[in-house]
Amino acid sequence: MALDRRLVYHFDWTLFMMTLGLAGVGLLSVLSASWGSTRHGLDPLVVRQLVWIGVGTALMTGAAFFDYRALATYAYPFYALTVGLLAAVMVAGHVTGGSRRWLNLGVLRLEPSEVAKLALVLVMVRYLREEPPRGGWNFRQMIVPAILLGVPMALVLKQPDLGTGIILVLVTATLVFAGGLNGRVLLVALLAGALAAPAGWHYLKPYQKQRLVSFLNPQSDPLGAGYHIIQSEIAIGAGGAWGKGFLKGTQARLNFLPEQTTDFIFSVFAEEFGFAGSMLLMALYVGLIARGLWIARHARDRFGQLLCVGLTAIVFWQVAINIGMASGVLPVVGIPLPLVSYGGSSLIAMMSAMGIMIGVNTRRYLF
Amino acid sequence: MARWRYYSSNKQTRAIPRIEPRLAILSVFVALVLAVVTVRLYYLQIIRHKEFVELADRNRIRINRLPALRGLVFDARHRPLVDTRPSFDAVIVPEDVRNFKQTVARLEGLLGQDNITEKLAQAEDDGRPPFDPVTVDEHLGWEQVVALETHQLQLPGVSLEVMPQRHYIYGPLAAHLLGYVGEVAEADLRRHQGDYRMGDEIGKFGLERVFENQLRGEAGGQEIEVDSVGRRLKLLREIPETPGRSVVLSLDLDLQQTAEKAMGGWSGALVALDPNTGFILAMVSHPTFDPNVFANGITAAEWRTLTTDPSHPLANRAISGTYPPGSTFKLIDAIAGLEDHTLTPETTYFCPGGMYYGNREYHCWRKQGHGTLSVHRAIVGSCDVFFYQVGIHLGIDRLAQWARMMGLGEKSGIDLDNERPGVMPSSLWKEKRFRQRWYPAETLSVAIGQGYVNATPLQMAMVAAEIANGGTRYKPQFVKEEEALDGSVVKRFPPIVEQRLPIDPTVLDIVRSAMCDVVASPSGTGHAVHLDNVAVCGKTGTAQVVKEAGNARIPEDKEPLKYRDHGWFIAYAPSDHPQIAIAAVIEHGGHGGSSAGPVVKQVLQKFFELHPPPGSKPATAPASPAPAPNAPPELPPDGSVAERGD
Repeated sequence: MALDRRLVYHFDWTLFMMTLGLAGVGLLSVLSASWGSTRHGLDPLVVRQLVWIGVGTALMTGAAFFDYRALATYAYPFYALTVGLLAAVMVAGHVTGGSRRWLNLGVLRLEPSEVAKLALVLVMVRYLREEPPRGGWNFRQMIVPAILLGVPMALVLKQPDLGTGIILVLVTATLVFAGGLNGRVLLVALLAGALAAPAGWHYLKPYQKQRLVSFLNPQSDPLGAGYHIIQSEIAIGAGGAWGKGFLKGTQARLNFLPEQTTDFIFSVFAEEFGFAGSMLLMALYVGLIARGLWIARHARDRFGQLLCVGLTAIVFWQVAINIGMASGVLPVVGIPLPLVSYGGSSLIAMMSAMGIMIGVNTRRYLF
Repeated sequence: MARWRYYSSNKQTRAIPRIEPRLAILSVFVALVLAVVTVRLYYLQIIRHKEFVELADRNRIRINRLPALRGLVFDARHRPLVDTRPSFDAVIVPEDVRNFKQTVARLEGLLGQDNITEKLAQAEDDGRPPFDPVTVDEHLGWEQVVALETHQLQLPGVSLEVMPQRHYIYGPLAAHLLGYVGEVAEADLRRHQGDYRMGDEIGKFGLERVFENQLRGEAGGQEIEVDSVGRRLKLLREIPETPGRSVVLSLDLDLQQTAEKAMGGWSGALVALDPNTGFILAMVSHPTFDPNVFANGITAAEWRTLTTDPSHPLANRAISGTYPPGSTFKLIDAIAGLEDHTLTPETTYFCPGGMYYGNREYHCWRKQGHGTLSVHRAIVGSCDVFFYQVGIHLGIDRLAQWARMMGLGEKSGIDLDNERPGVMPSSLWKEKRFRQRWYPAETLSVAIGQGYVNATPLQMAMVAAEIANGGTRYKPQFVKEEEALDGSVVKRFPPIVEQRLPIDPTVLDIVRSAMCDVVASPSGTGHAVHLDNVAVCGKTGTAQVVKEAGNARIPEDKEPLKYRDHGWFIAYAPSDHPQIAIAAVIEHGGHGGSSAGPVVKQVLQKFFELHPPPGSKPATAPASPAPAPNAPPELPPDGSVAERGD
């Protein structure tokens, strides 16, 4: 593939810079969250995150110059590979905190569920790029997406990783809606979902039920399940308008926050940079999501359009649920803050996704 | 319906849904969701900011309180009576212990304890983190401290903690006045909300309690940053403590020691005060206790022993012991009668050894009688019949009015808890108390200090002081000054005049000269208190103890102790410029002149040794030891009447 000069000329610097900006915020927050009370200095975590940002930037750039239409070809093999990895996790996965989520690949530890989000979007878009029939997709056409969703979903829930499971469902739903789901089917699906929700309670693990209960009433068990929500709200609230200042957040430094480099990284950032910082971060995400939807709107082909919708949906849902959870409007569920949370798999997957969107945007000038 | 069918049935005419409008719907949805999140952040970070800052600080800041150094207590000549000494506690930091079994076994051996394992297990059950020191033994003895110090290397994780401990230098000396401290009880915590913490010490009794606010000072502390598991990380702020104020008493250590010793093994009380100011020079209540027992952390058994002791060692008899004043009350009769003009210096009555009133015989303590006498000789000889007559002519209410004016029947207002007012009966009092009218015969009992009337030793000391100083009633006080740590005087307590009694000086002179003869005259009832170098004025008293019927005729020295009379002596000296007024009561000591008298004498001797009276040699040879208070009564007892003078 020869490098077209127009690819460079029309490169989407906006999206690129916003991505790097968010990764920068992430790096600062990881540094802050790992800034121990005793050990002062760079935690190896920060160095690793920096390396991944480097690798991610390279992959993002690479993906931007890669013809996204070719992704359709790789969609099913990539999907199959991911499902294979998820299955491998079941057998040989690394257990942390009661869940089996990691695959130890010698030099790096891969979290296949992060890759699965990407793979599911690719394979969904590959299927949905066909024009829907008049009136929109009907139940019959939805059987294949249901299976495509169901397989990785079952494997992810088995880990158990409820967070990723929820993201997979929401991203699929977003794509199916954007791709042209029949209005009546949509209505029936929503109703069915609402009815099935109480039944779903049955299938939750005890700790998941506990989280749900403590979300509805955090004071019911302030030192137990409600502890995380309360401590996270304290951190965010204590930040105030302008924050306590970089490395001065006590909630994180003194370990009152749970999972402070990953799921609760937002609270670390909000404590140190306050409402001003939170709004800056929100602005970056709003910008990123708006850009994604704008690219989707202007993409030249249906595949490109839906691809952008799917990738943007991954960002949006994760941001909404993660910050909603940290600020106490949603129950605690393990979902990383895209581009910000510590973690190589998530970071690399998300940066690659941004690269793909840059590619879609750039290529609308090519054909 | 037609329209619906049109859409649903005719697939050919229905549109293929386009992506763009759906993107618009998605955009609106995204905007709504992110707006909710933004509003939530605004709510947490702006509206409820303050509350969360506080919660975050409460999370991370532990306050390590350092109690302030409690003020000292000095005697009138600035000799310390109460101070604070280091006390050593053995503590274990479980985290630092290498071999648990071995360390505990060694420690138990050194301390002579066997419940250290339990204490550690209890601390663990309470959720104490392993880096939190656990106190395993308090108030270690010197040998234990040395043992722990020398075996420090074999006991990793064990250390000594120094705690301030209240120390009463002279043990039981003036224990009732000084009082004691103890650990705050829950009731204290509720009463002083927020001022005290569990484990703080607080004045529980006596001076320690009443002057708690001055003595205590303000605790300082360290604000320490801790992490989520409570590990102490760094010192944020140090708040310096404000040491408590020291208190300088009017009490004189030498005089107090003499008084305590003179009281010996008797139960009773003695109050000596400066008649010109109302300041207390000595205050004794026996039996007593050692307040150090409380400072050491009193055990349940020790507490039970103290509280169930039938001799009530914790009661301050000087202010809460009420005794019939006996013949000391005749001084009040005389003043009231003379002021009331129902008695004049020339009035005489004949005492044949008793008299009839109503249809009953009232004895004089002297069976053979006193003959015809006037008020002077009546006081000197303590004639009962004379004062029966004085009482009859006065009437109870006028007598009560004068007695109350002089301080009987009401609290003196001394800054100590549990003071009792005693009783000065009147017809109104009896009406209220018993719903009965006053029988004139009852006045006879009251006139010789028996019957309903009773008074505290402090009140009788005040009576002596009022006669001595010309009729001024001072509020009794025992704190002269409050001092800062550097010794500078922060507050001085001036004498407080409660009342200038409207007593004619000539009346007082009559009473005074009689009191002087009580001691000076060889036939006076109080001659035992006579001093060679100082003119002492006084009055004896014997307070009747309610006896079981049938026991009344046993000779006094063969009576069981609990039925023996209480002996009183009140005095002041020197006669011309009084410097000290005293009242002493010896429970079941029998006659006042022989029981309380010698005690008062020793105190007076000591006082004039310390304050030589003008005109006498400063250091006279020590007077011959006073007769022991338990010597047999000089005068023949008479137990045959319900009322007895002496």
